Amino acid sequence: MSLLTIRDLQLSIHGTPILRDVDLTVEAGKITAITGESGSGKSLTALTVMGLLPTGSETAGTVALDKVDVLKASEPELCAMRGNDMAMVFQEPMTALNPVQCIGDQVAEAILIHTKTTRAKARSRAAAMLERVGLPNDRFPLSRYPHELSGGQRQRVVIAMAIALRPKLLIADEPTTALDVTTQAKILTLLKELVSEFDMGLLMITHDLAVVADFADEIVVMQKGDVVEAGPTGEVLQNMQHPYTRSLFAASGHQVDLPDAMGAEPLLRVTNVMRDYPVPRKSLFSPPGVFRAVDDVSFDLGVGERVGLVGESGCGKSTLTKAILGLDPIQGGSITMGGAPVYTGKAPNRAVRRRMQVVFQDPYGSFNPRHRVDRLISEPFHLLDTPPLGEARQHAIATALEDVGLAADDALKYIHEFSGGQRQRIAIARALITEPDLIVFDEAVSALDVSVRAQVLDLLAELCRKRPFSYLFISHDLSVVRSVTDRVLVMKSGQIVEQGDTETVFTSPQHPYTQTLLAAAPVLPDLT
Amino acid sequence: MIRFALRRLISLTLSLIVASIVIFAVIEIIPGDPAAFMLGVNARPDTVAALREELGLTASAPARYLAWVTGMLTGDFGTSYTYKTPVAGMIADRIWVSFPLAIYALILSTLIAFPAGIYAAARRGRLGDVSVMAATQLGVAVPNFWFAMIIVSIFSLKLGWFNAIGFPGWDAGFWPAIKALTLPAIALALPQAAILARVMRSSLLDMLNEDFMRTARAKGLSRRQALWRHAVRNAMIPVLTILGLQFAFLLAGGIIIEQVFYLPGLGRLIFQSIQARDLIVVESVVMLLVFTVIVVNFAVDIAYAAVDPRLRGRR
Repeated sequence: MSLLTIRDLQLSIHGTPILRDVDLTVEAGKITAITGESGSGKSLTALTVMGLLPTGSETAGTVALDKVDVLKASEPELCAMRGNDMAMVFQEPMTALNPVQCIGDQVAEAILIHTKTTRAKARSRAAAMLERVGLPNDRFPLSRYPHELSGGQRQRVVIAMAIALRPKLLIADEPTTALDVTTQAKILTLLKELVSEFDMGLLMITHDLAVVADFADEIVVMQKGDVVEAGPTGEVLQNMQHPYTRSLFAASGHQVDLPDAMGAEPLLRVTNVMRDYPVPRKSLFSPPGVFRAVDDVSFDLGVGERVGLVGESGCGKSTLTKAILGLDPIQGGSITMGGAPVYTGKAPNRAVRRRMQVVFQDPYGSFNPRHRVDRLISEPFHLLDTPPLGEARQHAIATALEDVGLAADDALKYIHEFSGGQRQRIAIARALITEPDLIVFDEAVSALDVSVRAQVLDLLAELCRKRPFSYLFISHDLSVVRSVTDRVLVMKSGQIVEQGDTETVFTSPQHPYTQTLLAAAPVLPDLT
Repeated sequence: MIRFALRRLISLTLSLIVASIVIFAVIEIIPGDPAAFMLGVNARPDTVAALREELGLTASAPARYLAWVTGMLTGDFGTSYTYKTPVAGMIADRIWVSFPLAIYALILSTLIAFPAGIYAAARRGRLGDVSVMAATQLGVAVPNFWFAMIIVSIFSLKLGWFNAIGFPGWDAGFWPAIKALTLPAIALALPQAAILARVMRSSLLDMLNEDFMRTARAKGLSRRQALWRHAVRNAMIPVLTILGLQFAFLLAGGIIIEQVFYLPGLGRLIFQSIQARDLIVVESVVMLLVFTVIVVNFAVDIAYAAVDPRLRGRR
């Protein structure tokens, strides 16, 4: 008898069918991974097990956790089970903790709800749990608040909270998606240890097939609310039956056919750049301190060259990007494009600024929802001294949209009418419309599903063939950087610790930090 | 936390200095001079000159400013021109009406608003929520003086539970004084409670959608427990802001209610002084109100930091 058995699970929310005949099992001491694209019903399956579905949900079938049918349990029964028999870890560690309560109290609360014990005893058990998940009490006392911890540390607190009562089943919904590769590797190792130590079943949700392949005992592939393929991980990957599984796998390891780079005539020249941030004074009369976010960074980016920038969050990638775009002043060194500085006096240099554009990560937050697409993508025209008007403007908009695989008619729509992948195409159209020499992609594909990401990366290659331009591609996803760049820069604590030809850096990394990064990155198994 | 409070205290002092300069300057730039203004257009020149002498207007502006400020620091607010009595004494009498009234109203409005807001948020979209929201809509829309007249006609004239007007003074005993302030406090509190309840509800609803609320539910807390233990404290920041603003309003803005209930409060004092062109009283009362507002803001800042640890390190 399995620990968790889901049979013929149907779910509809406000009459819309979401899940159809979902079957899966989780064994004690084993890891079952659900994978699939966003909207495939992965997270809702997990929330069904926890009994935390939104209002208006109707379910049918059975979800049996150790002989108890969760679907038939009353709300008080479910409250008694949650945190005790089954617990959950969520995707976004930054917001998953109560910001105004110290971590000790939050972990202790999970214990106090379900056991008759004193506050002091609960706190000492909380301390032991935090210690177990890698937050030793001398460095992370119970009185710490969530905002004093990094994302990885917060995720450890969430895990400590979830496993405090040694639940039989732990559900982890994309527990490492928001984390850096090295942190991700550590959290995955921790979860794996806990599973065997506590003989706990783990139901893990992830869109990352490379993580699944490394980590899970069983794999369940979902598409549009259906389970399309399931079985032991090795078998499923070796012998993929369903076309959807195959396409998911192919998209994950997608290789982009990039045209050859052009000659290395320098376009962007970054020389000994320093960027400092003021930090609060230590005392009332001490001079204000500075934090050096970018420390003596130098590199060249040639005309038509595609350069990747990788590093963990907080390493200074975004700060450097802002400096390159002329959005922030720098405290030392110089950034020039075609010989002219990107930042003059107190403002970006317009003459240079119009030759570069940027595409940001979040396809949902980076557009004004009240503007139509034509207005959104023609915004960069304000950088031009004589922006095209009337017919010429319409034509430019239509061309830009068609270049990124959308229709000219889309110009009259609003942004909410588009999917995430289409929005990112619109962001690229907005960047292309002034025909810039340099585009900065700041985590531009990180929020997209694997198959959509593969399409967007192909689009990049196609655009490069049509009209060569240079780009700086910033990402924490090493496999993507590997497939779309000619050269790569590795950044750590504000400094560039290694740079070189992408293939060379990836196959024989020299700097220990690069080696750690590459070792931590989960890789798809080679099935050939 | 203590360093945070000290830093806020320094900025409080700076604000007070700036405010005193501004108030002084405003009185200074009134066309003509204060003496002529106070006596009106038909005053004889020698009366004006005598008043100038009496008010000390012959000294230079910085000297007069210093004299005013040091006077206030030692409790000497000058002498009222119209009543010929020390302003300090007049304010002291009035403040013992206005201050308790404002605090009374604030307590009432909090006692009404918090449960109403939390109740409505917990029952979002259901009958309880809709009725509470309808009631607050009414509370915001109805002018408080009209509402004051309604409750006077019911509780004083019909039922005879309270006196309709007047204040016996604290000498008459604590409970009689409180009783006399009850109807005015209710009239002041209800519109404020309506606003506060709406803020509380919407702030709580924002919190209910936060990720940490889902975490709290996954721990095994019931919906109600999660609301009380995790959402309420997080929802307090906007509520505290409104509460601080409301106290300042209740103190100075009680004038209409003071008129309706014929209470000898600060609002009436400032109103009468303006009519009598008694600038000395006006200047001092305004400074006092500004002082109170700034101190209340300081208290609100400290309360923010007490509620939210993220605010302690900053500013």
